[in-house]
Amino acid sequence: MGTTLYEKIWNSHLVHAENGQASLIYVDRHLMHEVTSPQAFEALRLKGRQVRSRARTFAVMDHNVPTRAKDLSFADAISRTQMEALAKNCHDFGVKLFDFMHPDQGVIHIIGPELGITLPGMVIVCGDSHTATHGAFGSLAFGIGTSEVEHVLATQTLQQNKSKTMRITVDGKISKGVTAKDIILYIIGKIGTDGATGYIVEYDGSAIRHLSMEGRMTICNMSIEAGARAGMIAPDETTFNYLKGKDFAPTESHWDSALASWKTLKSDLDAKFDKTVNIDATDIRPQITWGTSPEQVVAIDASVPDPKEFSDPVKQEAAKKALAYTGLVPGTPMTSIKIDIVFIGSCTNGRIEDLRAAASIVKNQKVAKHVQALAVPGSGRVKRQAEQEGLDKIFKDAGFEWREPGCSMCLAMNEDRAAPGQRCISTSNRNFEGRQGKDSRSHLASPEMAAIAAIKGHVADIREYL
Amino acid sequence: MEPFSLHTGIVVPIDRANIDTDAIIPKQFLKKVNRTGFGKHLFHDWRYTDEDEHNENPDFILNKSTYQNATILLARDNFGCGSSREHAPWALADFGFKVIIAPSFADIFYNNCLRNGLLLVKLTSEEVDDLFLLALQASGVKITADLNRQKILTPRGQEYSFPIDPFAKECLIKGLDAIGWTEQFIAKIDLFEKNLKQEKPWI
Repeated sequence: MGTTLYEKIWNSHLVHAENGQASLIYVDRHLMHEVTSPQAFEALRLKGRQVRSRARTFAVMDHNVPTRAKDLSFADAISRTQMEALAKNCHDFGVKLFDFMHPDQGVIHIIGPELGITLPGMVIVCGDSHTATHGAFGSLAFGIGTSEVEHVLATQTLQQNKSKTMRITVDGKISKGVTAKDIILYIIGKIGTDGATGYIVEYDGSAIRHLSMEGRMTICNMSIEAGARAGMIAPDETTFNYLKGKDFAPTESHWDSALASWKTLKSDLDAKFDKTVNIDATDIRPQITWGTSPEQVVAIDASVPDPKEFSDPVKQEAAKKALAYTGLVPGTPMTSIKIDIVFIGSCTNGRIEDLRAAASIVKNQKVAKHVQALAVPGSGRVKRQAEQEGLDKIFKDAGFEWREPGCSMCLAMNEDRAAPGQRCISTSNRNFEGRQGKDSRSHLASPEMAAIAAIKGHVADIREYL
Repeated sequence: MEPFSLHTGIVVPIDRANIDTDAIIPKQFLKKVNRTGFGKHLFHDWRYTDEDEHNENPDFILNKSTYQNATILLARDNFGCGSSREHAPWALADFGFKVIIAPSFADIFYNNCLRNGLLLVKLTSEEVDDLFLLALQASGVKITADLNRQKILTPRGQEYSFPIDPFAKECLIKGLDAIGWTEQFIAKIDLFEKNLKQEKPWI
């Protein structure tokens, strides 16, 4: 019987396996940021341990950084302390750091791929649940906690149990106005926020194959919102073309042997998955969330659901609580919901393709008077590229704020946040209570849908404006 | 890590599914660089009516006098979903929780709890319903989690078995230091790295 892509990577990274114990798997790339690392470095210090493999470890400041300007005085004192702690830790332990002023600084899951730090077939970990993003390259990438960060720093391995495997196949041609974001939101809506708990998901099918690397990253990024620790897509020519010439990608002398190895990275035809899900891409309409969990999502031309529609009493109760929090009334058409804030950015949708898509919608238009609109590039490189293409001017002319790179209002750890009661349409990944600011309300959607909502001042159906 | 084998304590029922790590510990408390003192901020948005945490929300169950010394938390599906922040288990443990019971837990959160000596007990939805009834009917019910026997015991004599990975169980019972355990395989890690360098020098 054949093996899955996940099993191939798992097998090639096994350092130790014995019945009745956790397995030890080798970690090729360890990515770090300022929020989930300080306690790990501190523990190393207390126990006199070193970083085992500095060349495999990369750190960046992203969660706390101010985006108004490249000026730390915009950050609060404890945010600065946390960033200073990362700088000191990286200096003391010899870890490569993209600090706040580095020209390539950005969200960890954006800069890893764009610098070629992320490569197919690798095991990649980071103290961040959206590490699944890197699985778009056919790597096994997942989030870990701070104790595990410490474990990887000290041993370059992780104790793991093998996961179950799920294949989600999305076949067919997607309709106009439907993006990678809509595909993944639709999947989460179908299988639920714990639909893939305990599984590693491999995405496949013609609709996935036709996506750019940016789109594939958006899909894998939100695997965790379906409960999966990791999502992955087998690498192909799209992947290899993306990687060629990237700073940390194999150079000419190694390129051919790397490529030969990468081409073996796919599930065998007779590989068996523990679960399979089939999605018809033609069923997918642009998606938008209405509640406080990413699974609480509907098509843009639908209305806010009535909790009574849910047969599962737990989901019914969750819907009631969500509506109480979001202040929405069942039966309200989604497109009539007025918004206050638009956030375009994050590790889900802060890449150049996302900014291009949003800019194409807001070009020669004006942001509605009552709306604050933010465009936050995912990295220094994304920002420079966008500026070369004149996208910054399009955004600014329309009334958007053009910001510096960072996680920004995705989790509102810096000063970018929605006020109590404000409603935000966001290209990020979580609409949890309080996620974008205490008592603020979030609606997750694609960059195109966020852009059109900025112009209209309310949630709108992108298909009517294409 | 403190060893865990048996614990008896008051159970507090929080009747919600998908309790995410943002709810367990909101982001404004993630800026600290040490591991201690997070218990004060546990469930901040639900527990307090003000940002400075001076005013407790009397409607939140954890603030009711019956449950103030609770050490066992009972919840619905998918507890601990969302962010990988280990601040969530740090906050739960620092508050005094030793055991969390739910029908399902998020994967990363589950591992993070194990690393901090917190026992996560998976029961069926029906069994969790039973425990909700019990915890809501009488005030301050104490139940017991027996890890050796993998059972939850109630004062009414009910017993509920729960599954746990044998290695995870051993680590909890012994309070095993994960890095210390892995260090016995350093020679294997050395060998793996040597081979990797030869076979895939680009990595």
